[in-house]
Amino acid sequence: MFAFILRRAGQGLLVIAVMVVLVFFGVNVVGDPVWILVSPDMTQDQIAEVARSLGLDRPIQEQFFLFVGGILQGELGRSFVHGTPAIGLILERMPATLELALVALMLAIVVGIPLGLYAGLYPDSAPARGIMAVSILGFSLPTFWVGLMLIMVFSVMLGWLPATGRGPVGHFLGIPTSLVSWQGWVHILLPAINLALLKISLVIRLARAGAREAVLQDYVKFARAKGLGRGRIVGVHILKNIMIPIVTILGLEFGSLVAFSVVTETIFSWPGMGRLLLEAIQRLDRPVIVAYVIVVVCLFVVINLMVDIIYSLLDPRVRLSEAAT
Amino acid sequence: MDAPVLNVEGLKTHFFTRAGVVKSVDGVSLQLAPGEILGLVGESGSGKSVTGFSILGLIDPPGRIVEGTVRLEGRDLTTLDDKAMSRVRGKDLAMIFQDPMMTLNPVLKISTQLIETVLAHAPVSKAEARQRAIAALAMVGIPSPEERIDAYPHQFSGGMRQRVAIATALLHRPKVIIADEPTTALDVTIQSQILAKMQELCREIGTAMIWITHDLSVVAGLADRVAVMYAGRIVETGPVGAVLDFPHHPYTQGLIGSVPSHAEPGARLAQIPGATPSLSALPDGCAFAPRCAKAIGLCRREAPQIEPLGMASVACHVAQGTGGLE
Repeated sequence: MFAFILRRAGQGLLVIAVMVVLVFFGVNVVGDPVWILVSPDMTQDQIAEVARSLGLDRPIQEQFFLFVGGILQGELGRSFVHGTPAIGLILERMPATLELALVALMLAIVVGIPLGLYAGLYPDSAPARGIMAVSILGFSLPTFWVGLMLIMVFSVMLGWLPATGRGPVGHFLGIPTSLVSWQGWVHILLPAINLALLKISLVIRLARAGAREAVLQDYVKFARAKGLGRGRIVGVHILKNIMIPIVTILGLEFGSLVAFSVVTETIFSWPGMGRLLLEAIQRLDRPVIVAYVIVVVCLFVVINLMVDIIYSLLDPRVRLSEAAT
Repeated sequence: MDAPVLNVEGLKTHFFTRAGVVKSVDGVSLQLAPGEILGLVGESGSGKSVTGFSILGLIDPPGRIVEGTVRLEGRDLTTLDDKAMSRVRGKDLAMIFQDPMMTLNPVLKISTQLIETVLAHAPVSKAEARQRAIAALAMVGIPSPEERIDAYPHQFSGGMRQRVAIATALLHRPKVIIADEPTTALDVTIQSQILAKMQELCREIGTAMIWITHDLSVVAGLADRVAVMYAGRIVETGPVGAVLDFPHHPYTQGLIGSVPSHAEPGARLAQIPGATPSLSALPDGCAFAPRCAKAIGLCRREAPQIEPLGMASVACHVAQGTGGLE
């Protein structure tokens, strides 16, 4: 188990190293951040001064080695725009994004699994067909459009829910979160639904496919032959089997929920990492972009590790040492 | 014969598929005395497994029992709803499946799967249920059951898994067990162990058993009576000795002739020509007639009824001598 975690951490470091190189040089190709930071009426000397203060006057490879040296000392650089440490900016915004992603994930599980199970157990019923039709919509409608429609219907026309922003932030076990207050939930509902829609559709598909396969298995027939009730067969025998693929996929999807909540955060003005990234890209704020990438890669590595551990708990046939190969 | 513990009368189970009605079981009647072992023999697709599942009420759409009764100690199971039926299943009527690798749920511990079966039918505490489960495992010959019970199915061999399935089936000392080719997927040595164990346990508990198989040699060693199925019907039934030594029906004769041990080494093996007919398009008359060397005109026109003949009962115009009138 320990060796497994260690090996995973090693793989994660490798991924981070590759990503840092790619992003560092990639951002430099896009444009020179100095020209975005300076105002048009500055003199040549002033511009050179700005470039020098940011360390952008040195050759690119030298900048890179300085940057890597900083990383090794736990310093990811200062934001060109804000002048504060980039990592601090991201960590400050992270709780908002994590909270949004968690609520979306919960929605995906709580809504997706029962609907998918139903559709799998009664595949020819009218509700099942309806569920599948909706899930196709969930897959194919673009997130930004659905977000706009949600705002349009629930905020503008019905006036039930606020269109933008995050609710008042309280603290729960020392973690800043808006989920401690009613207002917080009211604010998070629309963006969470928007973000969850695709995942709900995905979970419905997975649960349905799993259930359809499981009901044909001998162990389900044997469970019936033992005289078990339908609730126990579905809730234990079938559910535990279909949870294996669902947990795997959802784990991976959680990473993408966090990393790619950019669209949702932008539409709903959600003060999370996604919006920070967008601003950073617009201003070529290289330290923030690279720091963001590093944080997201770390997140993915940790999530993958957790998925593997949960997987081994769910499926007794899986040994972690085997899963690592 | 004592009052039968299980009495199946005119059972018809049809599957209503898009391609037409598949008459998997088409008028099967069989009786089972308490403690008796009946071998239900037939080729693949003869409807023997569907007969077993029909008795347990485990036929899923598009299949349906369209006719007939299944009486367990006089109570007709075909009229019970699913809830009432699930109180019978696993308690008075149990089943063991063909493939022990697939029968047990791979993600649940053996203990979970046994204990839930105890609790489904007996109002006992979880600790008591666990004790019963351990006792059942010991009964089927699983070494150190106290420890093994908390293992997962994949930690058992095929033979051991089948023992676990048997232990599950025997938990409530059922009146009848339906064993659907439970040894087919096992090695020959394991097969004989399981056979002996089942025979011993049925005698001990007094459980009657229907042993579904295509293997006549198994039936010869195990069963008291045998019923031969062909295309959804029983074509010959009677005491094992009578049917296997003096088969009347040409199909039974063919089956026995196909067992290689009867053949001279090097000689061409006997076989029944052709294949089982499609169950959605059965011929008029006797379903076996197209493959039967002895078929006469009457066989192609009229299906024979099963009639007593000697110690057995046979459904064959030729054997019954009715064809002689032509």
